[in-house]
Amino acid sequence: MIPQLLHSLPQVLVDGVTLGAVYATVALGYTMVYGILELINFAHGEIFMSGAFIGTAILIGLNSAGWLGHLPKLLVLLLTLAVAMGLTGLLGMGIERVAYRPLRNAPRLIPLISAIGVSFVLQDVVRFIAEWRTGNYIVTGVTLYGAELNLGSLTVKTNTLIVLGAAVLMMAGLDLFVRRTRWGTAMRAVAQDKDTAALMSINVNRVIALTFFMGSALGGATGVLFAQQYGTIDPYIGFILGLKAFTAAVLGGIGNIRGAMFGGFVLGILEMFASAELGPLTGGVLGAEYKDVFAFLILIAVLLFKPEGLFGQAVKEKV
Amino acid sequence: MSFLVLEDVHVYYGGVHALKGISLTVEEGEIVTLIGANGAGKTTTLRAICAQARVRQGRITYRGRDITHLPTHEVVSLGIGHVPEGRRIFSRLTVKENLEIGAFSVRDRSLVKRRQEQVFESFPRLKERLHQKAGTLSGGEQQMLAIGRALMSEPALLLLDEPSMGLAPVVVEQIFDILKELNERGTTLLLVEQNAFQALSLARRGYVIQNGEILMTDHAHTLLENEDVKAAYLA
Repeated sequence: MIPQLLHSLPQVLVDGVTLGAVYATVALGYTMVYGILELINFAHGEIFMSGAFIGTAILIGLNSAGWLGHLPKLLVLLLTLAVAMGLTGLLGMGIERVAYRPLRNAPRLIPLISAIGVSFVLQDVVRFIAEWRTGNYIVTGVTLYGAELNLGSLTVKTNTLIVLGAAVLMMAGLDLFVRRTRWGTAMRAVAQDKDTAALMSINVNRVIALTFFMGSALGGATGVLFAQQYGTIDPYIGFILGLKAFTAAVLGGIGNIRGAMFGGFVLGILEMFASAELGPLTGGVLGAEYKDVFAFLILIAVLLFKPEGLFGQAVKEKV
Repeated sequence: MSFLVLEDVHVYYGGVHALKGISLTVEEGEIVTLIGANGAGKTTTLRAICAQARVRQGRITYRGRDITHLPTHEVVSLGIGHVPEGRRIFSRLTVKENLEIGAFSVRDRSLVKRRQEQVFESFPRLKERLHQKAGTLSGGEQQMLAIGRALMSEPALLLLDEPSMGLAPVVVEQIFDILKELNERGTTLLLVEQNAFQALSLARRGYVIQNGEILMTDHAHTLLENEDVKAAYLA
């Protein structure tokens, strides 16, 4: 049993880290918005999904126009990412403006419900457009990097490297932005105390809009990468993935950016580990389909002992 | 034209009529203090100036410009600094970041640096604590940081809400000395204090506020001698 486990471990780690990168970048969107508004943006999973569809639409469009073969792949990928990020960023900003800002002083539950409403709207709009254009809401896109590298027992899609590279770049970029720039510092100030931030001549609404733009753009870009990695997408992929990314954010301590990244990787690796090893380890009693149960059990266990998450602040500072 | 003018300002908090027609003026270069009991409306008056409390009726003008309905970030960028009640420093940010955020509207990095050096001249302690999280500072240091942060925008008018609150007498002394210095260098101050003796000793004029209304106003030294003021606020 143990040798078998060790034998499959490298593959589990590669797949787990890849999935974890997806969770982590989506988790950032949840944690950034929560950090600044104490709002769980349940529409964020749908922003991720919209990104996947926008990216797929661009690639299908380029392909049917016959340009795909003539342009360098990396250029196409970067262009697709840039357009998808811009559009999903604007989508996130628009959602904040229409569905959350008017409710900013309403009881906590109200914006949560409008968030769920926005989720349904996005799912149905994307489904409508997908069916209208392709006749089916389940869409298989164009894969840019489909080759596989075989390293002994390890199989790695070249796309996996793209996903990891892009995710790490985005996370490092965000981390630098938040820690080093003027607007990043403003973001942290607004997250802690909006009234006082306004006294520093910070336009709080603009910082909130920027937070939504950045979080949503990261989510949208991850959607593009996800569609590249797993091939087929539908308008409902954002729901369960969003839920897991949210879990990752909670695991890391919601509101904490580095925590969300860490939580994403932990959850991805755990899930892949469970999916590969749960069967062999339990002698076939529990199969791979219990992977989510396993992942969420870990979450519950962590939260029982550390309710604020792994990197969360135990108590909000009172001044 | 007066520097800052409040005319018949009314503010409501929910159903509570917190300011019932406050009128006051501050001239350029003055130190004016607002004294009164807890809950009289001192803090609300400062918050109304910075658009953090909604003015239902009345008018606020600063350098002749109506600022009554401008959003907070625009009011302060006209040159008004506000040191809020309870200091409200950003405890999760470092001292340096707190100062930088105070100069948020300043794009010129070298200017930010120069102002930071000026703040260190008044508050050398902040320089020693530069890379510490602001939440780890002592109460006095936090107050210095709150004032230093407000100074980073080089305000022409500085609103101070209870800068002496919760501080040891020695530290209060130090802070009032710095306020005096600031004023001598040209900053106009509007000071809200519960420590009426200290405030009236520093200020040129004072307003006594009670239940959301101005009860009386006079030169600070006259108020210091006034029997009613003595009985109510200097006892």
